[in-house]
Amino acid sequence: MSEIINKITQRISEDTIELFKKNDRRYYIEIKPESIKKVASLLFNELGFRFITATGMDCEKYFEIIYHFSYDKTGEIVSLRVKLSKEKPEIYSLSSIFSAAEWIEREIWEMIGINFIGHPNLKHLLLSDDWPDNSYPLREK
Amino acid sequence: MKKIIPIGPYHPLQEEPEFFKLYVEEEKVVDIEIEIGYNHRGIEQISTLKHYDQIPFVVERICGICSTSHPFAYVNAVEDLAGIDVPVRAKYIRSIIGELERLHSHFLWLGLAGHFIGYNTIWMWSWKHRENVCDILEVISGNRQHYAMFKVGGVRRDIPNDLVPQIEKMCDGLLSVIDMFRGAIMDDPVIHARLKGVGVLTKEDAIKYCVVGPTARASGIDIDVRRDDPYAAYGEVEFNVPVLYNGDVFDKAVVRILEMYESIKIIKQCLEKLKKEPEGNIETKIDFIPPGEGIGRHEAPRGEVFHYIRSDGSNRPIRHKIRAPSYMNIASNKVAAVGQTIADAAITLAAVDPCYCCTERATVVDLKTNQEILCWDDLVKLSQQKTEKIRKLYE
Repeated sequence: MSEIINKITQRISEDTIELFKKNDRRYYIEIKPESIKKVASLLFNELGFRFITATGMDCEKYFEIIYHFSYDKTGEIVSLRVKLSKEKPEIYSLSSIFSAAEWIEREIWEMIGINFIGHPNLKHLLLSDDWPDNSYPLREK
Repeated sequence: MKKIIPIGPYHPLQEEPEFFKLYVEEEKVVDIEIEIGYNHRGIEQISTLKHYDQIPFVVERICGICSTSHPFAYVNAVEDLAGIDVPVRAKYIRSIIGELERLHSHFLWLGLAGHFIGYNTIWMWSWKHRENVCDILEVISGNRQHYAMFKVGGVRRDIPNDLVPQIEKMCDGLLSVIDMFRGAIMDDPVIHARLKGVGVLTKEDAIKYCVVGPTARASGIDIDVRRDDPYAAYGEVEFNVPVLYNGDVFDKAVVRILEMYESIKIIKQCLEKLKKEPEGNIETKIDFIPPGEGIGRHEAPRGEVFHYIRSDGSNRPIRHKIRAPSYMNIASNKVAAVGQTIADAAITLAAVDPCYCCTERATVVDLKTNQEILCWDDLVKLSQQKTEKIRKLYE
Protein backbone atom coordinates (compact mmCIF):
# COMPACT_ATOMS: atom_id res chain seq x y z
CA MET A 1 0.00 0.00 0.00
CA SER A 2 1.52 3.32 -0.97
CA GLU A 3 2.09 6.25 1.33
CA ILE A 4 -0.77 8.36 0.04
CA ILE A 5 -3.28 5.51 0.26
CA ASN A 6 -2.22 4.88 3.86
CA LYS A 7 -2.85 8.54 4.63
CA ILE A 8 -6.34 8.30 3.18
CA THR A 9 -7.31 5.08 4.89
CA GLN A 10 -6.19 6.37 8.28
CA ARG A 11 -8.31 9.47 7.94
CA ILE A 12 -11.49 7.86 6.63
CA SER A 13 -11.57 4.55 8.49
CA GLU A 14 -15.06 5.15 9.90
CA ASP A 15 -16.42 6.19 6.47
CA THR A 16 -14.97 3.26 4.56
CA ILE A 17 -17.01 0.19 3.70
CA GLU A 18 -14.48 -1.61 1.52
CA LEU A 19 -11.03 -0.96 0.07
CA PHE A 20 -10.07 -2.80 -3.08
CA LYS A 21 -6.62 -2.64 -4.60
CA LYS A 22 -6.82 -3.50 -8.27
CA ASN A 23 -3.10 -2.96 -8.88
CA ASP A 24 -0.34 -0.58 -7.82
CA ARG A 25 -1.92 2.45 -9.41
CA ARG A 26 -5.66 1.73 -9.14
CA TYR A 27 -7.58 1.78 -5.86
CA TYR A 28 -11.32 1.57 -5.34
CA ILE A 29 -12.73 2.67 -2.00
CA GLU A 30 -16.38 2.16 -1.22
CA ILE A 31 -17.58 4.76 1.26
CA LYS A 32 -20.83 5.70 2.96
CA PRO A 33 -22.83 8.09 0.73
CA GLU A 34 -23.27 10.63 3.56
CA SER A 35 -19.47 10.98 3.88
CA ILE A 36 -18.85 11.93 0.25
CA LYS A 37 -18.29 15.64 0.92
CA LYS A 38 -15.88 14.99 3.76
CA VAL A 39 -13.83 12.45 1.81
CA ALA A 40 -13.82 14.43 -1.45
CA SER A 41 -12.71 17.55 0.39
CA LEU A 42 -9.93 15.60 2.12
CA LEU A 43 -8.66 14.28 -1.20
CA PHE A 44 -9.01 17.52 -3.17
CA ASN A 45 -8.22 20.26 -0.66
CA GLU A 46 -5.79 18.59 1.72
CA LEU A 47 -4.01 15.88 -0.21
CA GLY A 48 -3.83 17.57 -3.62
CA PHE A 49 -5.77 15.09 -5.72
CA ARG A 50 -7.25 16.17 -9.06
CA PHE A 51 -10.86 15.31 -9.83
CA ILE A 52 -11.07 13.43 -13.14
CA THR A 53 -14.75 12.67 -13.52
CA ALA A 54 -17.54 10.56 -12.08
CA THR A 55 -19.21 7.48 -13.51
CA GLY A 56 -22.86 6.87 -12.73
CA MET A 57 -24.44 3.54 -13.40
CA ASP A 58 -27.59 1.60 -12.78
CA CYS A 59 -26.83 -1.72 -11.11
CA GLU A 60 -29.79 -4.00 -10.62
CA LYS A 61 -30.46 -3.35 -6.94
CA TYR A 62 -28.93 0.07 -6.46
CA PHE A 63 -27.41 3.04 -8.26
CA GLU A 64 -23.70 3.50 -8.16
CA ILE A 65 -21.53 6.58 -8.57
CA ILE A 66 -17.77 6.26 -8.84
CA TYR A 67 -15.79 9.46 -8.32
CA HIS A 68 -12.37 9.17 -9.93
CA PHE A 69 -9.51 11.18 -8.43
CA SER A 70 -5.99 11.31 -9.79
CA TYR A 71 -2.85 11.77 -7.71
CA ASP A 72 -0.55 13.14 -10.37
CA LYS A 73 2.64 12.94 -8.33
CA THR A 74 2.61 9.14 -8.45
CA GLY A 75 0.06 8.41 -11.19
CA GLU A 76 -2.35 6.67 -8.82
CA ILE A 77 -6.11 6.81 -9.32
CA VAL A 78 -8.41 6.56 -6.33
CA SER A 79 -12.02 5.83 -7.19
CA LEU A 80 -14.59 6.52 -4.50
CA ARG A 81 -17.60 4.29 -4.87
CA VAL A 82 -20.99 5.08 -3.34
CA LYS A 83 -24.11 2.96 -3.60
CA LEU A 84 -27.46 4.72 -3.50
CA SER A 85 -30.88 3.23 -2.90
CA LYS A 86 -33.29 2.93 -5.80
CA GLU A 87 -36.15 4.41 -3.77
CA LYS A 88 -34.53 7.76 -3.07
CA PRO A 89 -31.38 8.23 -5.14
CA GLU A 90 -29.71 11.38 -3.85
CA ILE A 91 -26.32 12.53 -2.65
CA TYR A 92 -24.60 15.79 -1.73
CA SER A 93 -23.23 17.80 -4.62
CA LEU A 94 -19.47 18.32 -4.76
CA SER A 95 -19.62 21.50 -6.83
CA SER A 96 -19.03 23.68 -3.77
CA ILE A 97 -15.65 21.94 -3.33
CA PHE A 98 -14.56 22.06 -6.98
CA SER A 99 -16.35 23.66 -9.94
CA ALA A 100 -15.32 20.75 -12.15
CA ALA A 101 -18.09 18.63 -10.60
CA GLU A 102 -20.87 20.85 -11.94
CA TRP A 103 -21.16 19.42 -15.44
CA ILE A 104 -20.75 15.76 -14.60
CA GLU A 105 -23.36 16.00 -11.84
CA ARG A 106 -25.80 17.54 -14.28
CA GLU A 107 -25.04 14.69 -16.68
CA ILE A 108 -25.59 11.97 -14.08
CA TRP A 109 -28.78 13.70 -12.94
CA GLU A 110 -30.31 13.74 -16.41
CA MET A 111 -29.01 10.35 -17.55
CA ILE A 112 -29.67 8.24 -14.46
CA GLY A 113 -31.88 10.41 -12.31
CA ILE A 114 -29.79 10.89 -9.20
CA ASN A 115 -30.53 14.10 -7.32
CA PHE A 116 -27.56 16.18 -6.21
CA ILE A 117 -28.37 18.12 -3.05
CA GLY A 118 -27.02 21.66 -3.12
CA HIS A 119 -26.11 21.79 -6.82
CA PRO A 120 -26.30 25.44 -7.95
CA ASN A 121 -27.68 24.83 -11.43
CA LEU A 122 -29.21 21.38 -11.85
CA LYS A 123 -30.53 21.53 -15.41
CA HIS A 124 -30.05 19.53 -18.60
CA LEU A 125 -26.52 19.41 -19.98
CA LEU A 126 -26.60 17.00 -22.91
CA LEU A 127 -30.31 16.39 -23.37
CA SER A 128 -32.62 19.06 -24.69
CA ASP A 129 -34.51 21.28 -22.26
CA ASP A 130 -37.88 19.80 -23.18
CA TRP A 131 -36.81 16.23 -22.43
CA PRO A 132 -39.69 14.54 -20.54
CA ASP A 133 -39.42 14.37 -16.74
CA ASN A 134 -38.73 11.02 -15.11
CA SER A 135 -37.31 9.54 -18.27
CA TYR A 136 -33.66 8.61 -17.82
CA PRO A 137 -31.78 7.18 -20.83
CA LEU A 138 -29.09 5.26 -18.95
CA ARG A 139 -31.43 3.51 -16.50
CA GLU A 140 -31.89 -0.19 -17.08
CA LYS A 141 -35.40 -1.00 -18.18
CA MET B 1 -26.00 49.00 -23.43
CA LYS B 2 -25.99 45.32 -22.53
CA LYS B 3 -25.85 42.81 -25.32
CA ILE B 4 -25.86 39.06 -25.61
CA ILE B 5 -23.56 37.43 -28.12
CA PRO B 6 -24.50 33.85 -28.85
CA ILE B 7 -21.68 31.84 -30.42
CA GLY B 8 -22.79 28.56 -31.87
CA PRO B 9 -24.45 26.20 -31.32
CA TYR B 10 -23.96 23.92 -34.22
CA HIS B 11 -23.03 22.90 -37.64
CA PRO B 12 -23.62 19.37 -38.91
CA LEU B 13 -19.95 18.72 -39.59
CA GLN B 14 -18.46 19.81 -36.33
CA GLU B 15 -16.82 17.57 -33.84
CA GLU B 16 -17.68 19.26 -30.57
CA PRO B 17 -20.79 21.40 -30.82
CA GLU B 18 -21.05 24.02 -28.13
CA PHE B 19 -22.87 27.23 -27.57
CA PHE B 20 -21.33 30.23 -25.88
CA LYS B 21 -23.63 33.03 -24.87
CA LEU B 22 -21.52 36.07 -24.12
CA TYR B 23 -23.10 38.82 -22.03
CA VAL B 24 -21.48 42.02 -23.12
CA GLU B 25 -21.46 45.55 -21.75
CA GLU B 26 -19.93 48.01 -24.18
CA GLU B 27 -16.81 46.13 -25.27
CA LYS B 28 -16.44 44.01 -22.18
CA VAL B 29 -17.57 40.42 -21.61
CA VAL B 30 -19.29 40.40 -18.22
CA ASP B 31 -20.63 36.87 -18.12
CA ILE B 32 -20.65 33.74 -20.21
CA GLU B 33 -22.99 30.81 -20.43
CA ILE B 34 -21.79 27.58 -21.95
CA GLU B 35 -24.16 24.97 -23.32
CA ILE B 36 -23.14 21.65 -24.80
CA GLY B 37 -24.98 18.57 -25.94
CA TYR B 38 -26.31 19.69 -29.31
CA ASN B 39 -25.04 16.63 -31.05
CA HIS B 40 -25.06 14.06 -28.28
CA ARG B 41 -24.54 10.69 -29.94
CA GLY B 42 -24.84 8.38 -26.96
CA ILE B 43 -21.54 6.66 -27.67
CA GLU B 44 -21.25 5.39 -24.08
CA GLN B 45 -24.48 3.47 -24.62
CA ILE B 46 -23.62 2.32 -28.17
CA SER B 47 -20.34 0.99 -26.86
CA THR B 48 -22.11 -1.37 -24.46
CA LEU B 49 -23.83 -2.96 -27.47
CA LYS B 50 -20.58 -3.82 -29.25
CA HIS B 51 -18.02 -6.46 -28.40
CA TYR B 52 -14.56 -5.54 -27.17
CA ASP B 53 -12.92 -5.77 -30.56
CA GLN B 54 -15.44 -3.47 -32.25
CA ILE B 55 -15.32 -0.70 -29.66
CA PRO B 56 -12.00 0.87 -30.85
CA PHE B 57 -13.73 1.70 -34.13
CA VAL B 58 -16.68 3.26 -32.32
CA VAL B 59 -14.65 5.39 -29.92
CA GLU B 60 -12.27 6.41 -32.70
CA ARG B 61 -15.18 8.33 -34.19
CA ILE B 62 -15.70 10.49 -31.10
CA CYS B 63 -13.15 12.98 -32.35
CA GLY B 64 -12.14 13.71 -35.91
CA ILE B 65 -8.85 15.39 -35.04
CA CYS B 66 -7.36 13.43 -32.18
CA SER B 67 -8.96 10.23 -33.41
CA THR B 68 -6.45 7.87 -31.87
CA SER B 69 -6.77 9.27 -28.33
CA HIS B 70 -9.95 7.44 -27.48
CA PRO B 71 -8.90 3.99 -28.76
CA PHE B 72 -5.61 4.54 -26.93
CA ALA B 73 -7.32 5.21 -23.59
CA TYR B 74 -9.83 2.43 -24.25
CA VAL B 75 -7.22 -0.27 -24.85
CA ASN B 76 -5.37 0.95 -21.75
CA ALA B 77 -8.60 0.53 -19.77
CA VAL B 78 -9.32 -2.99 -21.02
CA GLU B 79 -5.71 -4.05 -20.51
CA ASP B 80 -5.87 -2.62 -16.98
CA LEU B 81 -9.07 -4.58 -16.39
CA ALA B 82 -7.75 -7.89 -17.65
CA GLY B 83 -4.08 -7.45 -16.73
CA ILE B 84 -2.92 -7.93 -20.32
CA ASP B 85 0.68 -7.27 -21.30
CA VAL B 86 1.37 -5.97 -24.78
CA PRO B 87 4.37 -6.93 -26.96
CA VAL B 88 7.17 -4.35 -26.82
CA ARG B 89 6.97 -3.62 -30.53
CA ALA B 90 3.28 -2.79 -30.24
CA LYS B 91 4.06 -0.38 -27.40
CA TYR B 92 6.47 1.57 -29.57
CA ILE B 93 4.03 1.65 -32.45
CA ARG B 94 1.31 2.96 -30.14
CA SER B 95 3.49 5.78 -28.87
CA ILE B 96 4.61 6.70 -32.38
CA ILE B 97 1.01 7.00 -33.58
CA GLY B 98 0.05 8.98 -30.49
CA GLU B 99 2.86 11.48 -30.98
CA LEU B 100 2.33 11.85 -34.74
CA GLU B 101 -1.23 12.73 -33.91
CA ARG B 102 -0.14 15.33 -31.36
CA LEU B 103 2.08 16.93 -34.01
CA HIS B 104 -0.64 17.31 -36.60
CA SER B 105 -3.21 18.40 -34.03
CA HIS B 106 -0.95 21.15 -32.68
CA PHE B 107 -0.18 22.32 -36.23
CA LEU B 108 -3.89 22.56 -36.83
CA TRP B 109 -4.43 24.61 -33.68
CA LEU B 110 -1.50 26.88 -34.44
CA GLY B 111 -2.91 27.63 -37.87
CA LEU B 112 -6.35 28.50 -36.56
CA ALA B 113 -4.97 30.59 -33.72
CA GLY B 114 -2.89 32.47 -36.28
CA HIS B 115 -5.94 33.07 -38.42
CA PHE B 116 -7.97 34.41 -35.50
CA ILE B 117 -5.43 37.08 -34.70
CA GLY B 118 -4.90 38.01 -38.34
CA TYR B 119 -1.70 36.10 -39.03
CA ASN B 120 -2.92 34.26 -42.07
CA THR B 121 0.59 33.39 -43.16
CA ILE B 122 1.03 31.31 -40.02
CA TRP B 123 -2.25 29.62 -40.86
CA MET B 124 -1.21 28.69 -44.39
CA TRP B 125 2.30 27.59 -43.45
CA SER B 126 1.17 25.58 -40.49
CA TRP B 127 -1.45 23.67 -42.45
CA LYS B 128 0.99 23.09 -45.26
CA HIS B 129 3.48 21.40 -42.94
CA ARG B 130 0.72 19.48 -41.18
CA GLU B 131 0.23 17.66 -44.47
CA ASN B 132 3.66 16.02 -44.07
CA VAL B 133 2.51 14.42 -40.83
CA CYS B 134 -0.82 13.33 -42.30
CA ASP B 135 1.00 11.83 -45.28
CA ILE B 136 3.18 9.71 -43.00
CA LEU B 137 0.11 8.56 -41.09
CA GLU B 138 -1.44 7.60 -44.40
CA VAL B 139 1.65 5.61 -45.36
CA ILE B 140 1.57 3.77 -42.03
CA SER B 141 -2.14 3.12 -41.66
CA GLY B 142 -3.80 3.87 -44.99
CA ASN B 143 -5.71 6.82 -43.53
CA ARG B 144 -4.95 10.46 -42.79
CA GLN B 145 -7.42 10.27 -39.91
CA HIS B 146 -9.09 7.35 -38.13
CA TYR B 147 -6.01 5.19 -38.42
CA ALA B 148 -7.68 2.09 -36.94
CA MET B 149 -4.33 1.04 -35.51
CA PHE B 150 -5.41 0.02 -32.03
CA LYS B 151 -6.83 -3.21 -30.71
CA VAL B 152 -6.95 -4.74 -27.27
CA GLY B 153 -3.68 -6.62 -26.82
CA GLY B 154 -1.66 -4.80 -29.46
CA VAL B 155 -1.95 -2.97 -32.75
CA ARG B 156 -3.57 -3.96 -36.01
CA ARG B 157 -0.73 -3.04 -38.36
CA ASP B 158 3.01 -3.15 -38.06
CA ILE B 159 5.35 -0.31 -38.97
CA PRO B 160 7.82 -2.22 -41.18
CA ASN B 161 11.48 -1.45 -40.49
CA ASP B 162 12.08 -0.19 -44.01
CA LEU B 163 9.56 2.58 -43.36
CA VAL B 164 11.59 3.94 -40.47
CA PRO B 165 13.99 6.13 -42.55
CA GLN B 166 11.03 7.86 -44.20
CA ILE B 167 9.46 8.74 -40.84
CA GLU B 168 12.82 9.90 -39.48
CA LYS B 169 13.33 12.12 -42.50
CA MET B 170 9.91 13.69 -42.02
CA CYS B 171 10.68 14.35 -38.33
CA ASP B 172 14.02 15.97 -39.14
CA GLY B 173 12.34 18.15 -41.73
CA LEU B 174 9.76 19.29 -39.18
CA LEU B 175 12.37 20.50 -36.70
CA SER B 176 13.34 23.47 -38.81
CA VAL B 177 9.66 24.21 -39.41
CA ILE B 178 8.92 24.28 -35.68
CA ASP B 179 11.99 26.48 -35.19
CA MET B 180 10.49 28.87 -37.69
CA PHE B 181 7.14 28.97 -35.87
CA ARG B 182 8.84 29.42 -32.54
CA GLY B 183 10.68 32.40 -33.97
CA ALA B 184 7.59 33.79 -35.65
CA ILE B 185 5.65 33.72 -32.38
CA MET B 186 8.18 34.22 -29.60
CA ASP B 187 10.26 36.92 -31.32
CA ASP B 188 7.40 38.98 -32.71
CA PRO B 189 6.66 42.07 -30.54
CA VAL B 190 3.18 42.40 -32.08
CA ILE B 191 2.19 38.87 -31.01
CA HIS B 192 3.59 39.55 -27.55
CA ALA B 193 1.47 42.67 -27.28
CA ARG B 194 -1.57 40.94 -28.73
CA LEU B 195 -1.60 37.70 -26.74
CA LYS B 196 0.17 38.35 -23.44
CA GLY B 197 -2.23 38.88 -20.58
CA VAL B 198 -5.21 37.87 -22.74
CA GLY B 199 -7.60 35.18 -21.54
CA VAL B 200 -5.73 34.47 -18.34
CA LEU B 201 -6.63 31.29 -16.47
CA THR B 202 -5.01 31.56 -13.05
CA LYS B 203 -3.52 28.55 -11.33
CA GLU B 204 -6.24 28.63 -8.66
CA ASP B 205 -9.00 28.55 -11.26
CA ALA B 206 -7.19 25.89 -13.24
CA ILE B 207 -7.13 23.68 -10.14
CA LYS B 208 -10.77 24.42 -9.32
CA TYR B 209 -11.91 23.53 -12.83
CA CYS B 210 -9.51 20.55 -12.95
CA VAL B 211 -8.31 21.47 -16.44
CA VAL B 212 -5.90 19.17 -18.23
CA GLY B 213 -3.32 19.18 -20.99
CA PRO B 214 -1.71 22.32 -22.45
CA THR B 215 -4.43 24.44 -20.83
CA ALA B 216 -3.26 23.27 -17.39
CA ARG B 217 0.44 23.32 -18.24
CA ALA B 218 0.23 26.95 -19.39
CA SER B 219 -1.22 27.84 -15.98
CA GLY B 220 1.65 26.33 -14.04
CA ILE B 221 0.16 22.90 -13.30
CA ASP B 222 2.81 20.31 -13.99
CA ILE B 223 0.77 17.30 -15.11
CA ASP B 224 1.19 14.93 -18.01
CA VAL B 225 -0.23 11.41 -17.98
CA ARG B 226 2.58 10.17 -20.19
CA ARG B 227 5.10 10.95 -17.46
CA ASP B 228 2.95 10.58 -14.33
CA ASP B 229 1.24 7.29 -15.13
CA PRO B 230 3.42 5.79 -17.89
CA TYR B 231 1.77 3.51 -20.44
CA ALA B 232 2.73 2.19 -23.88
CA ALA B 233 6.40 3.11 -24.46
CA TYR B 234 6.37 6.42 -22.58
CA GLY B 235 8.15 4.92 -19.58
CA GLU B 236 11.09 3.91 -21.76
CA VAL B 237 11.84 7.16 -23.56
CA GLU B 238 13.14 10.48 -22.34
CA PHE B 239 11.19 13.69 -22.78
CA ASN B 240 10.45 16.91 -20.96
CA VAL B 241 7.09 18.34 -20.01
CA PRO B 242 7.09 22.07 -20.78
CA VAL B 243 5.29 24.10 -18.13
CA LEU B 244 4.63 27.87 -18.21
CA TYR B 245 3.10 30.06 -15.57
CA ASN B 246 1.10 33.00 -16.92
CA GLY B 247 -1.99 31.13 -18.09
CA ASP B 248 -2.61 33.52 -20.98
CA VAL B 249 -3.11 32.73 -24.65
CA PHE B 250 0.56 33.41 -25.37
CA ASP B 251 1.69 30.75 -22.92
CA LYS B 252 -0.86 28.28 -24.26
CA ALA B 253 0.60 28.76 -27.73
CA VAL B 254 4.20 28.46 -26.54
CA VAL B 255 3.47 25.32 -24.50
CA ARG B 256 2.09 23.65 -27.61
CA ILE B 257 5.08 24.64 -29.73
CA LEU B 258 7.53 23.34 -27.14
CA GLU B 259 5.54 20.11 -26.90
CA MET B 260 6.03 19.51 -30.59
CA TYR B 261 9.79 19.30 -30.08
CA GLU B 262 9.23 16.69 -27.37
CA SER B 263 6.93 14.69 -29.65
CA ILE B 264 9.63 14.50 -32.29
CA LYS B 265 12.11 13.44 -29.62
CA ILE B 266 9.79 10.65 -28.51
CA ILE B 267 9.09 9.44 -32.07
CA LYS B 268 12.78 9.27 -32.89
CA GLN B 269 13.64 7.32 -29.75
CA CYS B 270 10.75 4.91 -30.38
CA LEU B 271 11.83 4.36 -33.99
CA GLU B 272 15.37 3.64 -32.85
CA LYS B 273 14.14 0.99 -30.41
CA LEU B 274 11.52 -0.34 -32.83
CA LYS B 275 14.24 -1.40 -35.23
CA LYS B 276 15.70 -3.76 -32.62
CA GLU B 277 12.42 -5.63 -32.05
CA PRO B 278 11.42 -8.56 -34.29
CA GLU B 279 9.00 -7.53 -37.02
CA GLY B 280 5.45 -8.83 -36.86
CA ASN B 281 5.28 -9.41 -33.11
CA ILE B 282 2.56 -6.86 -32.50
CA GLU B 283 -0.24 -8.62 -30.69
CA THR B 284 -1.07 -10.68 -27.60
CA LYS B 285 -3.87 -13.13 -28.15
CA ILE B 286 -6.83 -12.57 -25.84
CA ASP B 287 -9.30 -15.34 -25.11
CA PHE B 288 -11.78 -13.58 -22.90
CA ILE B 289 -12.22 -10.51 -20.74
CA PRO B 290 -12.81 -11.42 -17.08
CA PRO B 291 -15.37 -9.64 -14.89
CA GLY B 292 -14.06 -6.53 -13.19
CA GLU B 293 -13.30 -2.90 -13.86
CA GLY B 294 -10.48 -1.01 -15.48
CA ILE B 295 -9.33 2.56 -15.97
CA GLY B 296 -7.28 3.79 -18.91
CA ARG B 297 -5.83 7.19 -19.63
CA HIS B 298 -4.00 8.81 -22.50
CA GLU B 299 -2.48 12.25 -22.83
CA ALA B 300 -4.23 13.45 -25.98
CA PRO B 301 -3.17 16.68 -27.73
CA ARG B 302 -5.79 18.53 -25.68
CA GLY B 303 -5.14 16.75 -22.39
CA GLU B 304 -6.01 13.64 -20.47
CA VAL B 305 -8.60 11.28 -22.01
CA PHE B 306 -10.20 9.00 -19.45
CA HIS B 307 -11.99 5.69 -20.04
CA TYR B 308 -13.63 3.45 -17.45
CA ILE B 309 -14.78 -0.06 -18.36
CA ARG B 310 -16.89 -2.44 -16.31
CA SER B 311 -17.16 -6.04 -17.45
CA ASP B 312 -19.42 -8.84 -16.27
CA GLY B 313 -17.39 -11.51 -18.09
CA SER B 314 -19.41 -11.44 -21.30
CA ASN B 315 -18.02 -10.20 -24.61
CA ARG B 316 -19.42 -6.69 -24.11
CA PRO B 317 -18.81 -4.12 -21.37
CA ILE B 318 -21.75 -3.30 -19.12
CA ARG B 319 -20.59 0.28 -18.60
CA HIS B 320 -18.18 2.39 -20.58
CA LYS B 321 -17.54 5.88 -19.23
CA ILE B 322 -15.66 8.31 -21.46
CA ARG B 323 -14.36 11.73 -20.52
CA ALA B 324 -12.69 13.85 -23.16
CA PRO B 325 -10.28 16.64 -22.14
CA SER B 326 -12.44 19.43 -23.56
CA TYR B 327 -15.17 18.46 -21.08
CA MET B 328 -12.98 20.00 -18.38
CA ASN B 329 -11.22 22.66 -20.47
CA ILE B 330 -14.25 24.29 -22.09
CA ALA B 331 -15.87 24.80 -18.70
CA SER B 332 -12.88 26.92 -17.67
CA ASN B 333 -13.82 29.53 -20.30
CA LYS B 334 -16.32 30.69 -17.73
CA VAL B 335 -13.48 32.37 -15.88
CA ALA B 336 -10.95 32.91 -18.68
CA ALA B 337 -13.25 34.86 -21.02
CA VAL B 338 -14.98 37.08 -18.45
CA GLY B 339 -13.40 40.51 -18.22
CA GLN B 340 -12.02 40.33 -21.75
CA THR B 341 -13.08 42.54 -24.64
CA ILE B 342 -15.13 41.15 -27.50
CA ALA B 343 -12.09 41.43 -29.74
CA ASP B 344 -10.32 38.94 -27.48
CA ALA B 345 -13.28 36.57 -27.17
CA ALA B 346 -12.52 34.53 -30.27
CA ILE B 347 -8.91 33.79 -29.39
CA THR B 348 -9.67 33.18 -25.69
CA LEU B 349 -12.39 30.65 -26.42
CA ALA B 350 -10.13 29.10 -29.03
CA ALA B 351 -7.09 28.91 -26.77
CA VAL B 352 -8.22 25.74 -25.00
CA ASP B 353 -8.32 24.13 -28.45
CA PRO B 354 -11.93 23.08 -28.70
CA CYS B 355 -13.34 22.41 -32.13
CA TYR B 356 -13.70 25.57 -34.17
CA CYS B 357 -16.30 24.71 -36.76
CA CYS B 358 -18.78 24.84 -33.93
CA THR B 359 -18.18 28.51 -33.45
CA GLU B 360 -18.70 29.34 -37.12
CA ARG B 361 -22.23 30.53 -36.51
CA ALA B 362 -22.00 33.46 -34.14
CA THR B 363 -24.39 36.36 -33.86
CA VAL B 364 -24.46 39.56 -31.86
CA VAL B 365 -27.94 40.62 -30.83
CA ASP B 366 -28.73 44.03 -29.45
CA LEU B 367 -31.17 43.39 -26.63
CA LYS B 368 -32.79 46.81 -26.92
CA THR B 369 -33.57 46.85 -30.60
CA ASN B 370 -33.09 43.20 -31.43
CA GLN B 371 -31.53 44.39 -34.63
CA GLU B 372 -27.82 44.62 -34.77
CA ILE B 373 -26.41 41.33 -35.98
CA LEU B 374 -22.75 40.46 -35.90
CA CYS B 375 -21.58 37.03 -37.01
CA TRP B 376 -18.54 34.94 -36.02
CA ASP B 377 -16.72 36.32 -39.05
CA ASP B 378 -17.17 39.80 -37.61
CA LEU B 379 -15.77 38.65 -34.28
CA VAL B 380 -12.71 37.27 -36.03
CA LYS B 381 -12.46 40.52 -37.99
CA LEU B 382 -12.59 42.52 -34.73
CA SER B 383 -9.81 40.35 -33.39
CA GLN B 384 -7.74 40.86 -36.52
CA GLN B 385 -8.31 44.62 -36.46
CA LYS B 386 -6.99 44.77 -32.92
CA THR B 387 -3.80 43.04 -34.05
CA GLU B 388 -3.55 45.49 -36.94
CA LYS B 389 -3.78 48.42 -34.54
CA ILE B 390 -1.02 46.99 -32.36
CA ARG B 391 1.10 46.31 -35.43
CA LYS B 392 0.84 49.97 -36.50
CA LEU B 393 2.15 51.05 -33.11
CA TYR B 394 5.30 49.06 -33.73
CA GLU B 395 5.91 50.36 -37.23
